[in-house]
Amino acid sequence: MKRIDGPEDLKAASEGAKAAWNELIYGDQPLVCIGRASCGVSAKACVTQRSIQEELADRGAKPVVMKAGCLGFCYAESLVYLKKPGGPLICYKRVTPEAGPDLADRVFFKDDLCPEQALGTMAGESKEVPPIWSHPMLKPQVRIALRNCGIIDPGAIDHYIARGGYNALAKALDSKPEEVIEEVKRSGLRGRGGAGFPTGLKWEFCRRSPGEEKYLICNADEGDPGAFMDRAILEGDPHSVIEGMLIAAWALGATHGYIYCRAEYPLALERIDVALAQTREMGLLGRNVLGTGFDFDIEVKEGAGAFVCGEETALMASIEGRRGMPRARPPYPANAGLWKMPTNINNVETLADLAPIIENGGQWYASFGTEKSRGTKTLALAGAVRRTGLVEVPMGMTLSKVVFDIGGGMSGERPCKGVLTGGPSGGCIPASLLDVTVDYESLTAAGSIVGSGSMIVIDEGTCIVDLARFFLSFTQRESCGKCTPCRIGTKMMLDILEGTTRGETSMKDLDRLERLAGIVKDGSLCGLGATAPNPVLTTLRYFRNEYEEHIKDQSCRALVCNNLVTFDIDPDRCSGCGICAKNCPVEAISGESKKPHEVDQESCIRCGLCLALCPEKFRAVIKRPGGGSRVERVRALEAR
Amino acid sequence: MEHKIREMVRDADGSRGELIPLLQKVQSEFGYISQEAVEAIAEEMSLSESRIYGVATFYSEFRLQRPGEHRVKVCMGTSCYLRGGKVLMERTVQTLGIRPGETTPDGKFSLERVACVGCCARSPVVVVDDEVHAKVSSSKLDRIVKNLGGES
Repeated sequence: MKRIDGPEDLKAASEGAKAAWNELIYGDQPLVCIGRASCGVSAKACVTQRSIQEELADRGAKPVVMKAGCLGFCYAESLVYLKKPGGPLICYKRVTPEAGPDLADRVFFKDDLCPEQALGTMAGESKEVPPIWSHPMLKPQVRIALRNCGIIDPGAIDHYIARGGYNALAKALDSKPEEVIEEVKRSGLRGRGGAGFPTGLKWEFCRRSPGEEKYLICNADEGDPGAFMDRAILEGDPHSVIEGMLIAAWALGATHGYIYCRAEYPLALERIDVALAQTREMGLLGRNVLGTGFDFDIEVKEGAGAFVCGEETALMASIEGRRGMPRARPPYPANAGLWKMPTNINNVETLADLAPIIENGGQWYASFGTEKSRGTKTLALAGAVRRTGLVEVPMGMTLSKVVFDIGGGMSGERPCKGVLTGGPSGGCIPASLLDVTVDYESLTAAGSIVGSGSMIVIDEGTCIVDLARFFLSFTQRESCGKCTPCRIGTKMMLDILEGTTRGETSMKDLDRLERLAGIVKDGSLCGLGATAPNPVLTTLRYFRNEYEEHIKDQSCRALVCNNLVTFDIDPDRCSGCGICAKNCPVEAISGESKKPHEVDQESCIRCGLCLALCPEKFRAVIKRPGGGSRVERVRALEAR
Repeated sequence: MEHKIREMVRDADGSRGELIPLLQKVQSEFGYISQEAVEAIAEEMSLSESRIYGVATFYSEFRLQRPGEHRVKVCMGTSCYLRGGKVLMERTVQTLGIRPGETTPDGKFSLERVACVGCCARSPVVVVDDEVHAKVSSSKLDRIVKNLGGES
C-alpha cells in the first residue's frame, strides 16, 4: 500500500481505486461475493463460499472472490452476489452450502440468472432481475451511516476510498476545527447511541475545555439486547467509523482515540484491527495524518461484558481499568473525563454519519428527518416481522411504515401487538399507536425512546407482563449497585413482576410497582437506573388490562406464564409414547402405552416439562389460558 | 501457570488501565481466572487481591471457575428470549443437567447465558465454542449437543 501524504496523493489513490472498483463490478472477471457479517456467518456463509469456490474451481473458472458486510437483509441470509464476465452483479438470497454449487452452475455456465432466487441487481442491468434498490425493504431507506455496508469488502481500504472515502477527512483538515464544528452543528446531528445530545454542541464544549491532552472515545459497547447496528457498521464498513473519528479528533483537538468495543463482537474487533493497520500504513492515522502535521492514533479497548459501561462515565472507568461504575456529573467528560482530561464520547453510528456530513454539508444532512430530529437513524428490526434486518430511515417515518412496508408485515398469523423501541431503557408502543413517528420527540411523548434504534415487533403470543419482567430482570442484573434506588428498587419491582407472572400478587402490588418505578427513575445517578422503569411504565400505560387479567382472572392470554395456563394433551395428536408421563415430576400424566395420555389437573404443577419434552413431530401438549383448578387450590390454601 | 502469568504481566506495556486487558489475556490463555492467577497479578502489579477480584467479578466476561471443554452459550437477548430462547435454555438445562454458570461433572460442557450477540434478526441464537448457530429449534440444539459427544 502506498502512503498518502497529501490531497494530491489522495486524489490519485482515489482515481486508481475507482477504476479498480469499476473493473471489479462491471468488468470481465467473474465475481463471487459473500455477505460475511455475523448474521451471514451464522447462516454458514463461510461454508457456502467454500462450496461455491470448489464448484467453480472444478469447472476451471477463476472468479474474484470477496466478502462483504451486512446489506441488512438478515432474514434472507446467506446472501451471495454473483457476476459472470460482463454480466450484471446480482444478489441472491437464502443460499445454503448445499444449494450454492447449483446456483453457481446455473449462473456461470447455463446462462440462467435464477431470477426466482434473486433479491435484486446490485450493479449493471438485467431485464429479468430488477435493481435491488427498488426492493420494498430498501426502497424507503436513506442509507448514510450504512452507505457502504454490504457493498464493499470491509477488509479492503481501496474499496472504501473508491467510494469517496477519506475525501471528507481531507476537506476537514483543510478547514479550521471551528468550521468543522459549525458544519456538524448545521447538520443537526444528535447522538445516535440513545441520549440524542447535539453532537456539534458536545464537541464545542470539549474543544473549549482546557487540557494538555484530549481524548476521543468511540462507544461501541452496544449492550442493548436487540440492537446490532454498531456491530453491522464495524463489521461492514470500519473505515467509516475511523474516518469519523479522525474528523472528530481534528475538530476537538484530540490526539488519542479509543474504540471501546464489546468482547461479544469478535468479528467486529477483528475487522477494526485490520482497518486500523491499513490506515496507519497509508499515513491516514498516526503521526502527520495526510501530511498535514496532525497527529492522531486509535487504540482498541475490549469491553468485558457490562451493560452499564455504555454509560459514558462508567465506560471511562472501565478504560482506566476499574469497575465500570458511573459517577455523578458534573464534572462532565468534556471538562474532566478519561484520566481527568477533556474527553468526548461518540457512538459508532454518530461517527459513521460524519464523513458524508462534511463532504455534502450540514445543510444536506439536515434536509432529511424532522425539524428537531434531523437526518437518518439506523434501526435493528427483529422479532415477529417477515423481513428482519438492519435498515436506515429518515427520522420521522411512522412505525407502521417500518413494520409493514420495510419489514413486510407480521411473520406469522398472529396480529401485531406492538413494537418495542429502545430496548430495556425504552418501552412498548401498542399496535393502535403505530402511526407514531420515529424521532426523539414523538417516541418520548409516547413513553418510549429511540434509544440505540432496536425495534422488536411483538405479536399476540407475547405476554406483556412477562416482557416487562424480562426487561427488568436484565436491568436488575446489570445494575452496578452504586445507587440504592436502582440496586434495591429494581429488585423489588422485579419481585412484583415475577409474582404477577405466577399469579401471586394483588392489585395493591400494581400501585406499589408504579410508586417504585418513580423512585428508581428519580433516585438513580445514570441512565440505566433512570430508564429501567420505562418498560414497566409504558406497559402499565398501554396494557394495564393484561396485568389485571394476571391478577384478577389468574389468566395469561398469551399462554406464556405457566402458572396461569392449563396444560392438556390433545388426544388426536398424542401417540402415547409416554415420554411426558415418564418425566412428569408429580406423576400427573397417565395413559396406556401407544394410547392418548391424560393430565390430571389436580396434581399438575404447571412446570411445562411435558410440553418441552413432547417430540416435535407430535406436538400433542397444548396450553389454554387460565390457571383452572390451581387457582382455587391456591386461594383455598390462602384462606386457611 | 504462575510463572507464565508473571511473564504476561511483565510483558504488558505498563500503560495505565492495563488490568482488564491483562485479565482478558490470562483468561484466553487458561480459560479462567484462577486463585493463583489473581495472587500472581496482585504481586506483580502491586495491587491488592481484592482490587483484582473487584474488577474480575464486576464484568460478566470473567470466569473464576474452569469452564467445560465445550462452552454452550444460550442467548437471552430480547429478540431471542421472545422467539424461543427461554425454551432453549430450559432444554439445555435439561439435557446437560446443569444450570447457567455451571460445568458438567465430567468437565465436558459448561452452560452460560449471554445477553445478545447481535444476531437478533436470526433469533433464537445459541453460541457453541464461538460458532454462532441461528434459528435454533429444540431438535437442532439436541443435534448440536449430540455432535459434541453429549447425551440426548
